Amino acid sequence: MTEPRNVVLKVRGLSVFYATPTGDVRATDDASFDLYEGETLGLVGESGSGKTTATSGILRMVSSPGRIVAGSVELDGVDLLALKEEDLRRQRWSKLALIPQGAMNSLNPTMKISAQIADVIRTHTGKTPPRDRILELFQMVGLPGRIHDMYPHELSGGMKQRVCIAMGIALNPRVIIADEATSALDVVVQRVVAQTMAKVRDALGVSMIMIGHDMGLMAQMVDRIAVMYSGKIVEIARVADMFARPAHPYSKILIDSVPSLTQRQALRITGGITHDPRNPPKGCIFQLRCPYAAPQCREPQPLREINPGQLAACCRAEEILAGTAQAREIADA
Amino acid sequence: MGRIPRSYLINRLITLFLTILIAATLIWVIPRLSPVDPADIMLGRMAAGAGSVANADQVLAQLRESFGLDQPMIVQYFKYLGNTLLFDFGLSTASFPTPVSSLIARALPWTLGLMILSVVITFVIGNALGAFMVWERSPKLVKVAIPAAMVFTSIPPILSGLLLMWIFAAQLRWFPLTGAYGLMVEPGWTWDFALSVLHHGFLPALSIVIVTFGFWALGMRGLMITVQGEDYVKLAEAKGLRPRYILYRYMIRNAILPQVTAFALKIGLLIAGQVLVERIFAYNGMGKLLYDAILDQDFPVIQGVSYVIILMTALSVFLVDLIYPFIDPRIRHEG
Repeated sequence: MTEPRNVVLKVRGLSVFYATPTGDVRATDDASFDLYEGETLGLVGESGSGKTTATSGILRMVSSPGRIVAGSVELDGVDLLALKEEDLRRQRWSKLALIPQGAMNSLNPTMKISAQIADVIRTHTGKTPPRDRILELFQMVGLPGRIHDMYPHELSGGMKQRVCIAMGIALNPRVIIADEATSALDVVVQRVVAQTMAKVRDALGVSMIMIGHDMGLMAQMVDRIAVMYSGKIVEIARVADMFARPAHPYSKILIDSVPSLTQRQALRITGGITHDPRNPPKGCIFQLRCPYAAPQCREPQPLREINPGQLAACCRAEEILAGTAQAREIADA
Repeated sequence: MGRIPRSYLINRLITLFLTILIAATLIWVIPRLSPVDPADIMLGRMAAGAGSVANADQVLAQLRESFGLDQPMIVQYFKYLGNTLLFDFGLSTASFPTPVSSLIARALPWTLGLMILSVVITFVIGNALGAFMVWERSPKLVKVAIPAAMVFTSIPPILSGLLLMWIFAAQLRWFPLTGAYGLMVEPGWTWDFALSVLHHGFLPALSIVIVTFGFWALGMRGLMITVQGEDYVKLAEAKGLRPRYILYRYMIRNAILPQVTAFALKIGLLIAGQVLVERIFAYNGMGKLLYDAILDQDFPVIQGVSYVIILMTALSVFLVDLIYPFIDPRIRHEG
């Protein structure tokens, strides 16, 4: 697992802020990570931690009042954030596809399913795809051919999600971003759709960023996990490392919060006050709620390698891994 | 989708027929609530013309007979109904003895021409402007100019008509003041006549367009803003589709649907709004015919014109009902 691999997507210092009357909300702040060829990276964090904002930054689709403040997103060495609009349009979907968050509303209600897949192929290749190509895509994601001439309202939620997957792989992109692609579905359909996604990914060898907050699903689907808290990436590690020995206190709490089948225990969430996202604390982003907070946490905490392949933004990561760090009690907010 | 089921069609046709029947009945009842006797009015007019009328009682009875007013109400009603459905509205009392149907036949093409022209132009311009107000790639000028132009929307059509008339006909003399075609031109299928008609129709049509496009533009703007936030538009952008294609196929295509419904419902109002415009431009259409008939208390003409207006509204609603499932796949023809 440690052999050097090609980096497909290189995100550096990506910051996306939302303007509000009382100052900028730092939704995604100085996010950096690499996505390797054929790898699936999971991006997790609680609601509002900036996962979706980060992807809209990568796709350069931040809409007002949001804006990309800084950073670069290099896809095969081309910085998407520096491209001219027309060049960016050509890169979209042919290189970087999206499986959207709300598949229920992601299809145009007045267009046939097949037409919505055909139009993206036609736009980027200049050729109208033959019917067989569309049917082949349907087959890859387990959809029946009869939906070819149907409209979105005639399909179930799970089917629409599959249509979105079929659409995503239509041009064999380098990277697919799946933004909570299964959150809106019930657990049974969720599992099937996740399996479909995994199958397609393995068949095509495409790199993937999976966003979600379902740690169980992540554990099965991804190679590495990046944990976000309040706009910052606080830890990146291989799935096994992340679950076995998280180095950042927040990752630790997040993983402890996954309910266990064998042990019944109360949900432990750390107390303390979440800071105002317009005015984050100096230094570590998590210091106000961190049970291990120390005076040195007021210094900036960049991501640093703790172990090979494991990066964490915590000055006490080694102590935490060794189990020597003393936890403090935090009063509930 | 596809073919229209027969049961649906029959159902709709029955509704259409009932609408027309009720409308025809109302048109018959309302004038009869008026205390004015049309035969009296005619007699009065004859008396005014000739100084006096001999055997006034006999003439009155004769007039009543010729209009069928001597018969019991119920007989009158069914006779009227039968005739009306066959477009026989009797004789005009003001321009006696011209049949009302021939007066309407003369006026209808002018109104239809003016109306279809102005209504279609308004709908297209209004919706296009509404869409461009929202589209991110529209030139800045568009976003400033359109709201400014909407000032006209709050002006009643007669005032805008008078204003346009004063500027373009009286002062600049670019267009004729009144009439539907030039006095020197012989009506017929000639270029001269067609040009004359367009020349004369321009100002009346413009005065209607200028006050009504804002309605469509504002409606469309609201719909476009809603559609712009839809996930499928965001995904279309992520798909790297061309901006124009997204505008037409993903945004306008979906935003326009409620406008089509509003269009059908508005047709009756549009014709009503045209009455006064036709009047000030002395345009020989249905509006002028109706206006003159009201002044002359010419009941058969009022009935005939009202009937035709209701018929046109009912027919356009019927047509929109039939085509709607073809423009919105989520709607089905169901009986």
